[in-house]
Formats: sequence, structure tokens, C-alpha cells
Amino acid sequence: MSMTAQLEARGISVTLGRRQVLQDVDFTANASSVTAIVGPNGSGKTTLLRAMTGEVAHRGQVCLNGHDVAKMQPWQLAAIRAVQPQSSIIAFPFTVFEIVRLGLSAGLSAADNTVPMQALEAVGLAGFAGRMYQDLSGGEQQRVQLARVITQVWEPIVDGTPRWLILDEPVASLDIGHQFTVMDLARGYAARGGGVVAVMHDLNLTAMFADEVVLMEAGRVAATGTPAEVLTDETLARTYGCPVPVNTTPPAQIPFLLPQARSTLKARNALAARSS
Amino acid sequence: MVDRRLRARRLTVLLAVLLLVVCVLSLTTGASGASLWRALTDLAAGRELSVMDRVVLLDIRLPRLCMGILVGASLAVSGAVMQGLFRNPLADPGIVGVSAGAGLAAISAIVLGSLLPIGLQQFLGSALVPIAAFFGGWGSTMLLYRVSTRGGQTSVATMLLAGIALGALAGAASGVLVYYSDDNQLRDLTFWGMGSLAGATWTKVLAALPIIGLALATAPFLARGLNGLALGEAAAGHIGIAVQRVKNISILAVAGATGAAVAVSGGIGFIGIVVPHLLRIATGPDHHSLLPNAALLGATLLLAADMIARVIVAPAELPIGIVTAILGAPVFLWILLKRRGDLGL
Repeated sequence: MSMTAQLEARGISVTLGRRQVLQDVDFTANASSVTAIVGPNGSGKTTLLRAMTGEVAHRGQVCLNGHDVAKMQPWQLAAIRAVQPQSSIIAFPFTVFEIVRLGLSAGLSAADNTVPMQALEAVGLAGFAGRMYQDLSGGEQQRVQLARVITQVWEPIVDGTPRWLILDEPVASLDIGHQFTVMDLARGYAARGGGVVAVMHDLNLTAMFADEVVLMEAGRVAATGTPAEVLTDETLARTYGCPVPVNTTPPAQIPFLLPQARSTLKARNALAARSS
Repeated sequence: MVDRRLRARRLTVLLAVLLLVVCVLSLTTGASGASLWRALTDLAAGRELSVMDRVVLLDIRLPRLCMGILVGASLAVSGAVMQGLFRNPLADPGIVGVSAGAGLAAISAIVLGSLLPIGLQQFLGSALVPIAAFFGGWGSTMLLYRVSTRGGQTSVATMLLAGIALGALAGAASGVLVYYSDDNQLRDLTFWGMGSLAGATWTKVLAALPIIGLALATAPFLARGLNGLALGEAAAGHIGIAVQRVKNISILAVAGATGAAVAVSGGIGFIGIVVPHLLRIATGPDHHSLLPNAALLGATLLLAADMIARVIVAPAELPIGIVTAILGAPVFLWILLKRRGDLGL
């Protein structure tokens, strides 16, 4: 892979009203990996994402695969980068299929009419194509938007250059099962060579699925590295202002769920199936 | 799964046939006894048309028919484009004051046109009023968009209220101008303001044709952009749409189509809201089919309304604006009530 298979932001500063929301932030995400942006409310994670997608005015430079995005046309960007919004109200009664198809016209897979259906299946919405978008639940709408977004950049690599999925809290209003569906999808995209950048709230899912974590605090980057490097007792306690012990089991009477344990569960089930 | 695109294409064919039928009916309906069939048989037999038939058909009904098609199509398409631009099914040039702005400019042109340099007056000729109305429509659309849209979000309440203010202001200014008009101009204004195709002449048709033609011709190129805008401005940008350009062209197209329509026919309301709404129910909101189908259905509906207006109190005739309001106002209220929840009203 070439040296420029990166999403790279340098010296990003954003001022909203009088408040400086981001101060001189540097950010790098590599293709073939999932990069999560985490941090407490108001730390600037979504603003950083929006600065990099050009939705908020900012100082500094953003390069995608080595090209300055400020110098690219909307359709050039749309061909290599798709952005999932945090929430989306749609003005008119479009069907699910019509929404997902909007992603087709932007991307390079435009000729392939089967992509929207495959994308719907990938987000767990097979059979929803004819439904009205407005009649769906929040979580379902969110997955329709994700299907639209992956339709746009369906092939993770085109002509040797990676394409990018930029996701703003992709699992925010999803149940735990669909959180896995979506994160597995993101992982799979990265495994096939594409780049994934996601703003995440859930630190457990981040630990499970991210290759790189960028921890934001008060408009600056507090830490970057692998989940093991960033998600430590000390760093989390300092950034979030409350104790968040890592890899510690709670007292016995409180139930707790560890999604990470699903690999253990799979192994155990496989073992049971073999012995019976 | 039913693909609504296929249904929309079938509807296009159906609407084209319907328009053709209404055109024929419109040519044969009227106060005079002139008959299209007699004229056609005369022509087919190689006979000269009678003077009466020639005047009624070629100089009265045919320009009126063309005007009806132009005005109906432009009102419906500018309604659909405006609704796409504002991401709101209630945005209609008549309701939010764009027609009033265009009307003010048209009245100014009628009353104050004689103050322009003679050379310019002669150069513009009968195109002066449509051109003025275009600029009036453009100015008011821009103003409305600026007032009601912040950070890419259009507030419905602000849009409707700003529209009322804009309409009232334009109405007041128009009223002042009426005081400055002489008897001849007053007569022109009165007939114009009633909203009618009755004054249709070939001169007016030819004056409106270039502006309306241009505005309607740009509409198909807006379809993808308006579909994208339905997702929101940011999302539209991310799927590769040059959002600012789409907005600018939409505003120009709305101003052109509305302005020219208002200039030649006065205030004909509700076509712009009823037609796109019915079509969205029938085949969905995809602008690729919505815009051409709106042109066809708008023309058909206006011609039909014009026939009703001519027939119902014959030999006199009702201003067509009254007929479209009777048909359209209940639909507007219906949308308002049905969507009250979503619109935050």
C-alpha cells in the first residue's frame, strides 16, 4: 500500500461562537484499520469529524489519500469517501430502497443495481426495501443511512487506493445485537483494505473493534494509540472525571455484560458441539 | 418489490395523453359556437376557415391554450422545486409570498414602465413585465431563503410567517402603486390581478415563453440535487452534490417560472402545492419523475380549471384563481393537519 493511504489532519482549530472547540488538533487514520475517536461530551470528537468532512469551518489542512480535500470537488470526494450523519430527518416520503439508491449515484458502483440490496442485507434490513423510511424506528433509520453510505463506497479499494467510511456514532441508538452487526461491518470493510473512522461513545465496543483510538479532551487530543495503550485506568479516570477500571470484575451481586466475552462463548459452544 | 420508477414512467405517459385530451376539450369549449371539428373538417376538405372560426380558434382559444400549458406547468414545477429546496411540502410560491413579490414587480413595470428611457422601453417591449416579475420573484425567493434558513436548516414556521409578511408588504406597495396609475393602467391592473388566462394573446405567450422555457429546461438537471437535498445539506454534499450551485439554480428557476407565470396570468394559486403533493402520493418524491410529471399534471389541471371557469357562469367567466383556490386550499389544509406533528406547528 502506498504511503498516502491515510486520512490526515494537521493543525485543526475550530471556533464556534466565542468558544474554541478544537485547538490545533493533529489526527491520522490509516487505511485497512478502524480508527475510533472517543472522549467525554463536549470534548470535540464530533466537531473534529465534521471539520475533517468539511461541515464546519476550520483552520488547518485535511488530506485524504494524499490530496488536500479543500481543493477537491464534491463529486471527487464522494467517489472516495462516504459520511454517515448522526441523525437524519428526511423531508419527503422516500422508501428505504430509494434512500439507499441515493448512495449509488455518487459512487463508482453506480452501474450495479444489486448493491443497495446487498447493503441492506449487510445492515440487517433485508426485506425492508419497500418500507417507508419515515415509518421506521430511529435505530432502523440509522441502519438505512449506513446502508446508503456503504453503497456509496461499496468496494473498499478502487485502482489501488482505499476508500473511506466516516461514521458519526454509528451505533448510538442501536440494540446490542445490531451494534455488533454494524461494528462487524466496519471491521470487515477495514479488513478488505478500506479506511474507517468512527466517533464512538461505547468504550467496550471501541476496545473490541478499533485498531487505533484517539481520545479527545477539551478540544485537544489527550492520547492516541492502540486500545490497550489508550484505555487505561489512569487515562480514562483523568479524561472522563470518574473512575473507569479496566479489566476488573465488579462485586458478585451486580450483573455485568462483557461483549468481549462473545469469543469465549463461541469457543465454548464449539467445544460443546464437538463433545456431544 | 414494486419499483416506483416504473410506475412513474407509466404515469408520465398517462398524463401526456390526459393533457392531449384536455387540450382538445379546451379548444372545443367556449362561449362562442365555434367548433374545432367543423374547422378540422373544413381544413381536411381543403376549404378556407370561416373568419369567425379563424378568430375564435387561432387568436383566442389557441393562445389561451398555450398560455394555460405554460402557466400550469411553470406553477407546478416551481412549486415542486421550491418544496425540494426548502425540504418542505408546504413551500409554494403563492403561499410564501414569491408570487406577491413577482406581482409587485409586474405592477411596478406596468405603472412605472413609462419612466424608463424610451430606447429601453422599445427594446424590452412586451417582455418588460415578465422580466420585471422574474426579478421580483428572484428577490423575494432569495430574501425568504435568507430569512428562514439558518445553518442549512429551514424553519417551517419562519418560512410561512416570513411569507405572510412578504406578501403583505408586496400587497401594500402594490396598493400604493395603484394610486399612481392612470385609468388605462388601472384597467390593465384590475384584469391582471384577478388571475386569469382570459387576456392571453400571442404577444404575451411569446414574451413569457423564453423565460418559462429556460426555467423548465433547467428543472431536469436539478432532480439529483433536490433528491440529495432531501437528506439534508451536509449529506447532499457528501454524496457529491454541489449544494450551493443547486440552491442558486433552483432559486433562479423558481423565480423565472413563477415570475413569468405571474406576469402573464396574475395570481393563480395552489397549483404549485396540489400537483406535487398528489404526485408524491402516487409515485413517490423522486424528483427525476416528479418534475416532468408535475409539468404535465400542472398544465392539465390548469386547463381543466380554466374550462370550469369558462363554463360554470357562461357566457361570463370566473377568474381562474377562484377555481384553483377552491380546489387547492382544502388540500393545503389537509397537508397541514396531517403533518402538524412533523412540522412542529
